[in-house]
Formats: sequence, C-alpha cells, structure tokens
Amino acid sequence: MWARAVWLGLRASAGGRRGFPSKAAHQGSRRVTAELIEHLERLALVDFGSQEAVARLEKAIAFADRLRAVDTDGVEPMESVLEDRCLYLRSDNVVEGNCAEELLQNSHRVVEEYFVAPPGNISWPKLDEKEPFSHR
Amino acid sequence: MLGRTLREVSAALKQGQVSPTELCQRCLSLIKKTKFLNAYITVSEEVALKQAEESEKRYKKGLSLGDLDGIPVAVKDNFSTAGIETTCASNMLKGYVPPYNATVVQKLLDQGALLMGKTNLDEFAMGSGSTDGIFGPVKNPWSYSKQYREKRKQKSHGENEDSDWLITGGSSGGSAAAVSAFTCFAALGSDTGGSTRNPAAHCGVVGLKPSYGLVSRHGLIPLVNSMDVPGILTRCVDDAAIVLGILAGHDPKDSTTIQDPVKPFTLPSLTDVSKLCIGIPKEYLTPELSSEVRSLWSKAANLFESEGAKVIEVSLPHTSYSIVCYHVLCTSEVASNMARFDGLEYGHRCDTDVSTEAMYAATRREGFNDVVRERILSGNFFLLKENYENYFVKAQKVRRLIARDFVNVFNSGVDVLLTPTTLSEAVPHTEFIREDNRTRSAQDDIFTQAVNMAGLPAVSVPMALSSQRLPIGLQFIGRAFCDQQLLTVAKWFEKRVQFPVIQLQELMDDCSSIFENEKLASVSLK
Repeated sequence: MWARAVWLGLRASAGGRRGFPSKAAHQGSRRVTAELIEHLERLALVDFGSQEAVARLEKAIAFADRLRAVDTDGVEPMESVLEDRCLYLRSDNVVEGNCAEELLQNSHRVVEEYFVAPPGNISWPKLDEKEPFSHR
Repeated sequence: MLGRTLREVSAALKQGQVSPTELCQRCLSLIKKTKFLNAYITVSEEVALKQAEESEKRYKKGLSLGDLDGIPVAVKDNFSTAGIETTCASNMLKGYVPPYNATVVQKLLDQGALLMGKTNLDEFAMGSGSTDGIFGPVKNPWSYSKQYREKRKQKSHGENEDSDWLITGGSSGGSAAAVSAFTCFAALGSDTGGSTRNPAAHCGVVGLKPSYGLVSRHGLIPLVNSMDVPGILTRCVDDAAIVLGILAGHDPKDSTTIQDPVKPFTLPSLTDVSKLCIGIPKEYLTPELSSEVRSLWSKAANLFESEGAKVIEVSLPHTSYSIVCYHVLCTSEVASNMARFDGLEYGHRCDTDVSTEAMYAATRREGFNDVVRERILSGNFFLLKENYENYFVKAQKVRRLIARDFVNVFNSGVDVLLTPTTLSEAVPHTEFIREDNRTRSAQDDIFTQAVNMAGLPAVSVPMALSSQRLPIGLQFIGRAFCDQQLLTVAKWFEKRVQFPVIQLQELMDDCSSIFENEKLASVSLK
C-alpha cells in the first residue's frame, strides 16, 4: 500500500513526450487531490495501487485537456454513428431461456438458484477507517 | 497447402485433394511447432478434429456448406465460445466458460469452419502491442523469418537471436500471428481503435475493420459499445471478403446491426481505376511518421495515379484532436462496461466476504491489471458530474466534427482514402515496453482510431518490406457500408504490390514442402 502523501506539482513527464503539451499538464496536477483519488476509487471500486498510477492519471487528464482548443459551438454531441437510423427492437416474446443451471455454473457462490452476495448494507469504509487489503 | 488462399483450399477440399482432417492436423501440428509465438491461449484440438470429421462426411456426400467448410480458423479470446474457456487474457475471466457462442463465431461454425483455438491479446483488448495480457506477450512471426534473420546477420553482434523479438502490434496480435504463421486461414479480431489493422500491418496480413453496424457484436466482450467492431484477419483481400460475406448482416440479438439486407459478394477484379478518386489526408503526414512508411505511402499514391486514378490531397481538419477525443470516449465507455465484473455471476471472485462493496473492490483489484484499472479510473474521472460537460460531452461533440470531416471528404467525390496504418514497422519488445500502455496506444492508434469514431470501414493491406525486411501495411478507408467497394480497391492494390510471402522454412522441418513451390495438380476454381 502506498502512502497517500500530498503532491507538490506534477513531474515534468508530459514535457519530454512528442506532442504532449506540458502547459496543460500543470493544470491537471492541481485537480488530482487525495479526496479525488478516494472518490474515484470508491466510484470505480478499483484502486490506483501506486503513485505512478496517479501520475499516469494526471497525464491522461492533461492529454484530455487538449480538447478545450476545439470550437464546438452549436455542435450536438454524437452518441452513435447510426443516429439517423432506428434501433431494432425484437417483439416481446419469450423464445429462449430455462438455462438457470448453465448460468449458475459460472458463479463461485451459489445457493439453490441464488447467486450469493455478501451483505450489501455495509458501506465502503472511509479513507482513515480503512484497513489495508488482507491477502491470504 | 497451408499457404494457399481460402478459395483454393476450398476447391482442393471439394476435389478431394486434401481432407478436412488432414488440413486440421497439419494446422494443429504447426500450432505446436510455433508455440513459442504465444499466439494461442487455448488450442481446441478435440473440438477441431471433431468438426473436421463432420466436415469430411459432408464433403464425401458432396454436401459442403460453402467456402468455409473444413477451413481452420482462429478466434480472438474476447469472443464468447460455448464450452471453450474465454479469458480476454485477464485474471478476471480466467476459467470462465461461456454458455453461448458469439454470433460471429456461430456463423463461422454454421459454415463448417474448424475452430483451432482462441488467440492471445492485450488484457481486455486494451493496448497496441499484445504485450499486456496475463498469458504473456505475442511474438511477431516475422522475428523468425528468413528475410529478417538474414538482414540481421549482416549487422549481427553475435547476440542471442531470440532476445530482441518483435511485437505483433495489438490488441489482436494473437490472431494476426496465427494467420501470419499459417496456423489458420482466417482469424477473428476486434477493432475499437485499430486493434485489427495495427497487428495486421506489423504481421504482414490483411486486417479488415467492417463498417460499424454491419457485423454483430453479440458475444464480443465489449470495450466501447459505440466503436467496437469484430475484425477479420486473412492472408489476402479475397479471403477477407469471403469471411465478411458470411459474417455481415442483421442480428436480432444486436440491435446496433443495421437491418438492410446483406448478401455475400465476390470481389470483381478491377482493371480500370480511371474512375476512382483516392484521397490523401494531409494531416496524416505527421513528424512521427517514419521515413520508410512515408515513402511507401507516396509510392502507393503514385501507383494509383500512374494507372489513371485521380489522386488528390484532402483535409480532415480535426485529425490532431481525434486521438484525444478517442481517449476520453474510450475510457468513459470502458469505465461503464467494466462495471459488470463484480465476481458475483461469473469470473473471478475474491475471498473477502465482509460486504458487497469490499468484495467487489478486492475482486476487481485482483482480476484487472494496471492498464485496465487505470482506464476505468480515467473514465470515471471524465464522467464525474463536474467533468461530464467539459470532457465527455465535449468529446462527443468533437466526435461529430471528426465524423463530419470524413463525410465532407467523401461528399467531395473521393471514393477511398489512402493512409498509413502504423507509424513504423514492428519494433522490438524491449523498445516497446519503455513507454506505458496509454502512451503507446496514443502513439500507435493515431491513424486508425478516427475510423472507429466515424464508424467507417477500413482495411490494412501489406505493401512491402522495410529496409529491415519487416512488413509495412497501408490503410484504405471507405464510405460507410461501402465495404465491397473498399475491398475491391484493396484487392487491386494488393495485386499490384505483390507483397512477399513470409519465409519460415527454418522452423518447419518436415512441413517445408508446404512452402516451397508446390507443383500441385492444377486446382480448378469453380
């Protein structure tokens, strides 16, 4: 587990790469705070794992910041290249199914026809309450 | 026999010159011999032999199912295959056996193709080198080719021959290597940002990305729903067209497939290109482009012009923002798609049982590698409420501008665009890993990802060998749903450039007869 120290500015990692502006990188570094890290880890339920990973996120954000230079006034967002067509919808008839046994086979914890989950009413611990993951 | 085209082998099977079982066994034996390439994660030997047996029965009765009956194929390991482990080269799905076939896999099987195995890839198809999966990297067969080896000997320092092996490109590197090394006649890949075309260019094979909406994604473990397309890798353009003809078409299980009727087609042999207009996007001439690729690109343009085609320079003004836009949209969709992996219904599950969230977190930490986790986290960043407008929606708007750029160019009379596929030839693994996955992807996808954002069809065709005797491919981009026209042009080009066959003799002792000039009894095609 890495120590979550406060960052004092971004490493000039963006400057040496071809095509990546270092100016934007500095804007990014101010955004990646310890709170943000915790927030993202909680939303995604995956962890950064190391300081290098956080640095790479900062680079990724800096990279994405280049979009600001594009003039998108009056442009609608594009969700799909097939936006001019209608999605196909099947008629609501049951034509297949009855494969519970097959599907249950892929799960590690099953009781009769239920997938078993641990209790869902225990919230994800806050940063200071957290124990490091125990590996067996 | 293994070096022949699909149509030739199919004819040979029909005429009884070779049997499906023989073909299957030769491919299996070659797979074993080329195991060091690490192209396959799972070799489905028993399944393939059984399929071969059934194919043989059909041929004996004269009831073959079509051009693919009895033909060995391979499938990238992010396509679901019933009863055969499907891992996506990730710990998250190691041991996962899907209960169903992806539609494209089912279509191949329905045509009697023999499934040789599941090929290696970057974990969850994230990467441009096929180096980041849990089963290890895939090695480019050209590292072991006579052409490359001889060239290296000229300047050798007597070092270990294998230490500097080359990457295949990615993320469908296993499929590209499998086809390039003659272990199958066609392979399925997936293409989200160039994942089929990139390794095709590095491995000297044809890599086709069909139009978005033409081929079903049902069963393809999704990365970016609005850009993913199953890709086709073969040794020649004709073969790619045959496979596309079988795979294309509406699938009721994938509502993003178009409903227009699609029929298999035969590619005409174009002789007159005078009515063709080829566009050369000037923004693709970047400083990072290697001089060799640049000169081959120029040579190709001149080739078309000298044969009477109209070759014009065009502009895709938003090109420099395309890779950034792709990066934002891709990570955002990935963040959403990867949320399904929680350990409950399938896949890896950790031992922690304290709470649902703790279990999810530990499972995902154990199941995903750094690359996947980082993309999920980046994606979540862009989707945060405070960032949604400025990043995600902004990227969607830029996507429209990029798609519009292409539409404008095609509306101005251009039929097909000609661009490089990659910045350079395949690089040694040791060099590739000096940069992290995201940086590499951003560099290597530069010519290929805009096509995914616009949903257009594109194909990488090998053109020539570099000064190091490694393959370099060029990319053709067509209008949406004009895949047939695109492939027709590609076929014309392929015939003109006569890309050399890879010489892997040294590795194939008793298979050497396959590669030397076989005097086959003349095989009549239809």
